[in-house]
Amino acid sequence: MAMDTDRIVKKVMLRAPHHRVWSAISDASQFGSWFGVRFDGPFVAATNVIGRIVPTTVDAEVARSQEAYEGTALEISVDRVEPPRLFSFRWHPYAVERGVDYSKEPTTLVVFELEEVSGGTMLTVTESGFDRIPIERRAKAFASNQQGWTAQMQLIEKYLAMAA
Amino acid sequence: MSPAHTAAARLSGAAPIFAALGDVTRLHIVARLCGEGPQSIARLADGAAVSRQAITKHLHALEGVGLARSSRIGRERIWELRTKRLSEVRLYLDQIAQQWDAALTRLRAFVEKDDL
Repeated sequence: MAMDTDRIVKKVMLRAPHHRVWSAISDASQFGSWFGVRFDGPFVAATNVIGRIVPTTVDAEVARSQEAYEGTALEISVDRVEPPRLFSFRWHPYAVERGVDYSKEPTTLVVFELEEVSGGTMLTVTESGFDRIPIERRAKAFASNQQGWTAQMQLIEKYLAMAA
Repeated sequence: MSPAHTAAARLSGAAPIFAALGDVTRLHIVARLCGEGPQSIARLADGAAVSRQAITKHLHALEGVGLARSSRIGRERIWELRTKRLSEVRLYLDQIAQQWDAALTRLRAFVEKDDL
């Protein structure tokens, strides 16, 4: 049975010009506004940036459920910034437990790749390196994030309802 | 039931698997059953750092979450992995993948709003 447990690949077609998508991803403040995090500086290759989780502004109910994580630090180690095609960083997936030092643990690599296509931009997001994440961490992340995951699902439903 | 409820139920069902695997000795037993195939407690205990009783206890914990099962063959009880259950560990990635889906939905709203 072939099953890749090391990586996640997501591909989306965005109906927006290439430069618009590039700035939404490579500009720290724009990235923060859709991702739900506020960074203390710009994304520069081979430097670290600290962010704080901020609740979504889309839904008051979901925002309340995210309050538990509000202010949680999120450190990103920017890897490559190659306009207008590639942006990548390393981080600790699910590093949301307070009082835990994640700095010694392995990171995953997140890569955003943009491709201009007719009618918009094709975006591929790849997160890899999960095989090196300790299994205990996976178990804990899993348990502590069930709540947040349900909230994310509600957020999607809300968006879809708004778009309908 | 809404998709959110169904997903939450699936995740709740897999949580004990992660709890069971969050132990070094049990992980080691799983690795041996995986690599060497079905075997007896005596063989698992051979060369192990923990007692036979401890291995028995851990095997029962794995059995409790559906990761292992035993059957009597002659005078011996043979333990084996239930691989279907083990593949549900993939849920960890599914969960992160879902978070990416949600984040990319927000990105879509963010970049497409100016171009309607």
